[in-house]
Amino acid sequence: FTHQPPPAKYGGRHTVTLIPGDGIGPELLNHVRELFRFCCVPVDFEVVNVNSAASSEDDINNAVTAIKRNGVALKGNIETNHNLPRSHKSRNNLLRTSLDLYANVMHCQSLPGVPSHHKDIDVIIIRENTEGEYSSLEHENVPGVVESLKIITRVNSLRIAEYAFNLAREKGRRKVTAVHKANIMKLGDGLFLQCCKEVAAGYPDITLDDMIVDNTTMQLVSKPQQFDVMVMPNLYGNVVSNVCAGLVGGPGLVPGVNYGKDYAVFESATRNTGRSIANKNIANPTATLLAGCVMLDHLKLHAYARMIRKAVLKTLSETRLQTADLGGQCTTSEVVHSIMQEIQRGGHITTDLNFISAGSRDHTNSPNTCLMPNTESVCLTV
Amino acid sequence: MIMATLTKALKPILGRQLGNAAKVFGPAASNQRGKPTYTQPPPAKYGGRHTVALIPGDGIGPELLSHVRELFRFSCVPVDFEVVNVNSSLTSEDDIKNAIMAIRRNGVALKGNIETNHIMPPNHKSRNNLLRTSLDLYANVMHCQSLPGVQTRHKNIDIIIIRENTEGEYSSLEHESVSGVVECLKIITRTNSLRIADYAFKLAREKGRRRVTAVHKANIMKLGDGLFLQCCKEVASGYPDIEFDSMIVDNTTMQLVSKPQQFDVMVMPNLYGNVVSNVCAGLVGGPGLVPGANYGRDYAVFETATRNTGKSIANRNIANPTAMLLASCLMLDHLKLYDYATMIRGAILTTMNKTRLHTVDIGGQGTTSEVVQSIMRNIESGGPLTTEI
Repeated sequence: FTHQPPPAKYGGRHTVTLIPGDGIGPELLNHVRELFRFCCVPVDFEVVNVNSAASSEDDINNAVTAIKRNGVALKGNIETNHNLPRSHKSRNNLLRTSLDLYANVMHCQSLPGVPSHHKDIDVIIIRENTEGEYSSLEHENVPGVVESLKIITRVNSLRIAEYAFNLAREKGRRKVTAVHKANIMKLGDGLFLQCCKEVAAGYPDITLDDMIVDNTTMQLVSKPQQFDVMVMPNLYGNVVSNVCAGLVGGPGLVPGVNYGKDYAVFESATRNTGRSIANKNIANPTATLLAGCVMLDHLKLHAYARMIRKAVLKTLSETRLQTADLGGQCTTSEVVHSIMQEIQRGGHITTDLNFISAGSRDHTNSPNTCLMPNTESVCLTV
Repeated sequence: MIMATLTKALKPILGRQLGNAAKVFGPAASNQRGKPTYTQPPPAKYGGRHTVALIPGDGIGPELLSHVRELFRFSCVPVDFEVVNVNSSLTSEDDIKNAIMAIRRNGVALKGNIETNHIMPPNHKSRNNLLRTSLDLYANVMHCQSLPGVQTRHKNIDIIIIRENTEGEYSSLEHESVSGVVECLKIITRTNSLRIADYAFKLAREKGRRRVTAVHKANIMKLGDGLFLQCCKEVASGYPDIEFDSMIVDNTTMQLVSKPQQFDVMVMPNLYGNVVSNVCAGLVGGPGLVPGANYGRDYAVFETATRNTGKSIANRNIANPTAMLLASCLMLDHLKLYDYATMIRGAILTTMNKTRLHTVDIGGQGTTSEVVQSIMRNIESGGPLTTEI
């Protein structure tokens, strides 16, 4: 562990926008802040609240401005109440389209120690994030007949395919599978498939094959180990990523990232609000914490990312430290506390564990002897 | 006295046929058990036999459907098949129009999947889709059950999936107004949504089911899926004995993969129905096991639930005939030939669960013909009359 953090944006520390969202978002993101502070991660969070019930779009516009300013964000899911009038667009969707976060990447891996029916799953799902069925373009020309428009464009399809192949090459992957329904939606998914094939021609070291979405979901349920990297339009991406999340152990485990050309927003892969388990201290913090790690990697704070990720995965593999969604009985705070203990055991620089209790506490006033950049480190032992 | 009553009871089934056989064939004593067998099935009687349109399709369709015919002939099922071939590679729509006319004439059909080659020009519509929309087969019903003899990761699954079969994303309405930008229209109408919801609740009530779950994505497609959901709620209010809830499609698929036992009856628009039925088929053992039925107001077409062409396993005698055979049993139920249906279904399930003769897709080593032979043997040992094996 180096005492010299990598050069940061401004004054040695990064600023990241934090959008708590609804449901379990606020409590889990609090734990992330707690953990980052404990590990002396040089990241400051600019909290922007978005009220999902307000009909004005000012809240979300502020959030978008904050992300444009900082470049990186960590968010919880903002609830979309479908009883509100139709003109009230999904806030999450607005955020993604305004920032043009065109690629949603989800890396689904079987984690040791987590109970699941399948083993050895290692799939990267790349989902087009801005168009497709999520265009929010619907109209009712004739009463009782609704037309929803699914838009597929050449530009976006080429872009997402290019992203997929680039990522596959970077990560040393052998195969990219395009998921589609071109036998029915010949023009739409046909265009998507054609763009994938064009891009594939420029990557001769990677094989492209294609599979229809219904067959894909059936194969995923019986033999998920056959998939390597998958690229697909928006709606299929939604379904396939949820199936994969279910296969590796549930929505509480997998982090997801939304990449654009200039911005990156990190969240849990399946974007659950978790309203029914909010504020009960039973939510699984793994997905959000791992999303935080992926964010640290993005900010090139690799050492911190590795340290936290290792501690999270080690804690996860112990059955007695698993939350209710994995069949265990641990509370969220107990899990986070154990992660912190694990980090401390690794001999890293941290604040004093005694000041962080297993319960929600405001730590802004607690005395801390955290490392400041470019100063001597003091290792605390408990 | 008992024997007399027994013979009297059996007389309608055996009497006339035995009498005819004796007259025409003499004693056909090839069966050790002394039951009658025939080298030819009983003669057709006008008004006593049904005619069903048979569309072989592509891939494994033709071979599996010929096994169905073989089995029906063997079991002396009073059904005649009118075979209508559809050539999927032709651009003219005459083939499929003939098939549709045959189905209109007969009312019932059994079909294999017709391949849709996506290399063909976009105006070449999917033949299966054309068939479904022309005959207005608005409800696709798939009953997914865990079979005891099949090894799966999940047990005790029993879900009925009702999928809207004519509109939604399958409208085949696409256009490219600006070059490089394609718009696909997904149509949801109030009439069709009410119709399918009504069908779902009626079926649930008929089968004594407690709960119907509507699957949708109304948080994103507010107008479209919002309308579908609203129609389901309206219909649900007319069935107070059945519980109604709704779930977003992504959460549904995740729940299906972890805890499928929580679902009872599910109703949904076309595309989600496609995905969800394939997930369920995968959960109970694969595409070779589940039959599906497409019901319209006046017509019914039976096929395998996941509509696979099986091009890579065609003509190799390794395809699983279960789905197609169970589909033919559903057809017999529809034709009110319940005894035959129960007999054949019983034999299929005995082969699957007791004899455990499985094909490659469910982990066994049997060939298609071996499985069918085993089913025939089961029928022979249990059923009343058969032709020779």
